[in-house]
Amino acid sequence: MNRWGEKAVYALSVISCMMLFGSVATLLCYLLIKGLPALNLGLIFGSTPVGDALLLKRQVFDGIFPAMAGTLALILLAITIAVPLGLLAGIYMAEYSGRFTRNVFGFLFDLLSGIPSIVVGLFGFSAILFLHHHVSEALVPSLLVSALSLAFLVLPYIVKTTQMALETVPRQTRVTGLALGATKLQNIVFCLIPESFSTILGGIILAVGRCAEDTAVIMLTGAVASAGLPNSLFKGFEALPFYIYYISSQYADQAELNQGFGACIVLLLICATLFILAAIIQRKVKHTLLYRH
Amino acid sequence: MSALVCCLLVLLILGFMIVTGLPLFGQSQAMDLLTGAWSPRNNLYGIAPMILGTLWISLLSVTISFPMSLGCAAYISVLGGHKKATVMKGCVQMMTGIPTIIYGFVGVFLLVPLIRETAGRGSGMCILSASLVLAVLIAPTMILFFIQSFDRVPRSWLDAVDALGGSRVQKLVYVVLPACVKGIVTGTVLSFGRALGDTLVALMIAGNAVQTPNSLLDSARTLTSHIALVSAADFESMEFKSIFLCGAVLYLITAVVILGARLIEKRGNHE
Repeated sequence: MNRWGEKAVYALSVISCMMLFGSVATLLCYLLIKGLPALNLGLIFGSTPVGDALLLKRQVFDGIFPAMAGTLALILLAITIAVPLGLLAGIYMAEYSGRFTRNVFGFLFDLLSGIPSIVVGLFGFSAILFLHHHVSEALVPSLLVSALSLAFLVLPYIVKTTQMALETVPRQTRVTGLALGATKLQNIVFCLIPESFSTILGGIILAVGRCAEDTAVIMLTGAVASAGLPNSLFKGFEALPFYIYYISSQYADQAELNQGFGACIVLLLICATLFILAAIIQRKVKHTLLYRH
Repeated sequence: MSALVCCLLVLLILGFMIVTGLPLFGQSQAMDLLTGAWSPRNNLYGIAPMILGTLWISLLSVTISFPMSLGCAAYISVLGGHKKATVMKGCVQMMTGIPTIIYGFVGVFLLVPLIRETAGRGSGMCILSASLVLAVLIAPTMILFFIQSFDRVPRSWLDAVDALGGSRVQKLVYVVLPACVKGIVTGTVLSFGRALGDTLVALMIAGNAVQTPNSLLDSARTLTSHIALVSAADFESMEFKSIFLCGAVLYLITAVVILGARLIEKRGNHE
């Protein structure tokens, strides 16, 4: 390869870096310029006094407070469902499964994590419709259905993180407990899990991030444009990403649009905070790739 | 052991999903639905336009994203200096955390008017805009995957190039890239799967018109946005049933993509 060829390869790679970083930077700058003016307490609480809103004395009508509360409730529910299941399944995959089951289950979990989120949403939606028609009329798309579907969406991710964290514990640490006479279960609970705790926790936080940002699932399973604060598991709810989607297609005037930009920044801040938190906890982010959105 | 129960539970749900999708394929009209046109007035509910729209958008976005990602990954792991590369890698990882809805939102208000004015016709909501946004969306995942496979090249090979007086570019072109062909193919295939499964970007930007797309500036509807749009329809209608077919098709394509990626990886291990 001659000198010019080398220079061309180098230049191409620099150009592609600049293209990618440039476009993402443009995106973020545009968002900041448009959204920052709208970013104040009024965006979140509307015209309701802050104290009253936080103490749930009064409803917030023209702010994104209900949407934020909905997202929070959704995350809490989904994570409470997904974490125990995911942890146990991950422990099973790493410690108890044989070679064959590990291969087969590994493939199935891969498949699960590759399913488009809208298909997961569709599944939750059709399941609840089935129940609605055949069990009870009271069952409609709701907070609980969304949380279950979301839990299902992030489950393979938690399983994979747990499995990887356990499998990468050094062999010496692994056998020490056993050599001292611990049973297999004791070894897992008192030795392996504490050892890999930070990685697992980081994975869980990233899963929280995915719950916070996912729109396709909740769109089908219970998110609505206005529901107020979430007060029942069996009713529709508001969520931040769905609010943004709704604004983008239905905004009536410039003020509403500005609110949408503000909401985008809030969501971005939440996700970035979660991500940085996970990175700090894991020290260096062992990034298991998520193959879908 | 309760862990086993959990595993089985997960698999049970997976099985249930497959079962709910299957009956559609058993019917004799399944092929008509797959290849037919979409025209509810004439009682035609074929999803062929959606399949085509999905393929156009995801193929185009991978085509745009691939060279960009390869260049970035090459710069970060081989060509660039260590310090710069670490910072850039951190940035790329952060990018995977940006919510999809934000790409969609900014795409609608920034890119769509731009495309509309440049093209001089149409609404600007077209395959091209959606693919561009999607390309940026899938790039970080692709880059991280490429970097991962670049880093698996044995240290001694790289040292050998240095010892022979090779430059960084030579290292990249003659050693790293040939050694990573499989990793690159796997990463691209998986990103294709991701582009395929994305809902929000296509739903917000591609325009959602049901038609067989003829040019990049045509509006198109993907399988995923079809599900999102039609799910509000009547439960018993054929329109509603068609979205299960869409789901099943997406499911199948995803399975093929992941199986393919796994096979490629496995073959790499044997050699």
